[in-house]
Amino acid sequence: MGEILIAVLIISGLGLVFGIGLSYASRVFAVKIDERVVQIREVLPGANCGACGFTGCDGYAGAIVEGRAPTNACPVGGSAVAEKVAAIMGVEPEGVKRTAARVLCNGRCSVSKEKYEYQGIDSCAAAAQLYAGHKACAYGCLGHGDCLKACPFDAIVMVGGIARIVEDRCKACGKCVLACPKNLIEIIDKTKKYSVMCRSRDKGAVTRSNCQVGCIGCTRCVKACPQQAIFMEGTLARINYDKCDNCGECTKVCPTMAIRVMDFGE
Amino acid sequence: MLESILITFLSAVFINNFVVVKFLGICPFLGVSKKINTAVGMGVAVIFVMTFSSAATWAVQEFLLKPLDLEYLQTIAFILVIAALVQLVEMVLQKTSQALYKALGVYLPLITTNCAVLGVCLLNLEIQGEARFLMSVLNGAFSGVGFTLAIVLFAGIRERLETADIPKCLEGFPISLISASLVSLAFLGFQGLIN
Repeated sequence: MGEILIAVLIISGLGLVFGIGLSYASRVFAVKIDERVVQIREVLPGANCGACGFTGCDGYAGAIVEGRAPTNACPVGGSAVAEKVAAIMGVEPEGVKRTAARVLCNGRCSVSKEKYEYQGIDSCAAAAQLYAGHKACAYGCLGHGDCLKACPFDAIVMVGGIARIVEDRCKACGKCVLACPKNLIEIIDKTKKYSVMCRSRDKGAVTRSNCQVGCIGCTRCVKACPQQAIFMEGTLARINYDKCDNCGECTKVCPTMAIRVMDFGE
Repeated sequence: MLESILITFLSAVFINNFVVVKFLGICPFLGVSKKINTAVGMGVAVIFVMTFSSAATWAVQEFLLKPLDLEYLQTIAFILVIAALVQLVEMVLQKTSQALYKALGVYLPLITTNCAVLGVCLLNLEIQGEARFLMSVLNGAFSGVGFTLAIVLFAGIRERLETADIPKCLEGFPISLISASLVSLAFLGFQGLIN
């Protein structure tokens, strides 16, 4: 009987000592966390997408409190979250520019040519390794959906063999921008409707033979734009979105319809 | 002395490797070996905990259980000691070294009751001769190194399995188990290295 008692006492004694020790240690080694970090963390959407430029919502919350980050850097939460964060930090709320990703290629299967028949791994990155991809145009969307797989918000769909962004769902986190081996995706202000839907750097004649809707560098849009918002980069027209006022003159003169309105709702 | 340390090292890492020869700690070996990064994290955490718990359980055994003739309580007492120790280590790390705390992350509490950790503490008791404390701690550390070696090797194999052409019926866990057995067979080659 005595032996059992001793055994029980020893084990429960050990447990008690460790318990007291741990509770004491938790006081001594308590790490002070700024309350605001916890509050901001709760307000943030928790997608941990990294679009703010920090390692995740935790990293961003810490950075705001330390003054290393603006209160409006979360594109997922938008202005609603920015207001709450600003309230917690006790500063004036700043507006959030509504941006979305845009795939700058219009070369659907029906209007663009193929270089060869690709039968490898179903991935743009893999296809791009093989003679710059199976598209005749070395700059075009390969359509294997690497961006679609990367998107945490289901905002990308494949239409006619190329990727398209559903802007209503896009949170501009930039995951697809990194995933695209052809660098076709840009984060653009949502209110700007017109984009040059081509990234081809080939000469006009080459572009035209590869794809019916590519930018052939005719510079008509540059002349037509009343805001002088369009400029040429080699043989490719580009829009300066700071100047663009959505007048749509460019799309009227474009012979290949490379400048298009991107309206792709749900 | 140096010789016995070397023998302990070879024994713990290769000849009596905890995972692939003694088959302890199989759960994290299969569970956390999908990527080399996480495998390394797990391995470092195991080295950490094995070393500290070897020291702590040696003290409990020597100063508490032995004098009272309560050696049969080893298992339960050691589990208690290891669990408390891991909690304490976690708190201290969080306070003193944020970087290490974040690097070990979830793996530290995860291995609290890993049977490999308990196993190394129990097997340490078999060590005879002088400097038993030092040898126990070294055996703990080296066993952790052996665990890390095995899990990182296995993670490398599993990363390759991802893209390998595997028959449909063997995809996933079956092929992992087969590869684990092959790794284990390979380690059996170290048997008889030291006479």
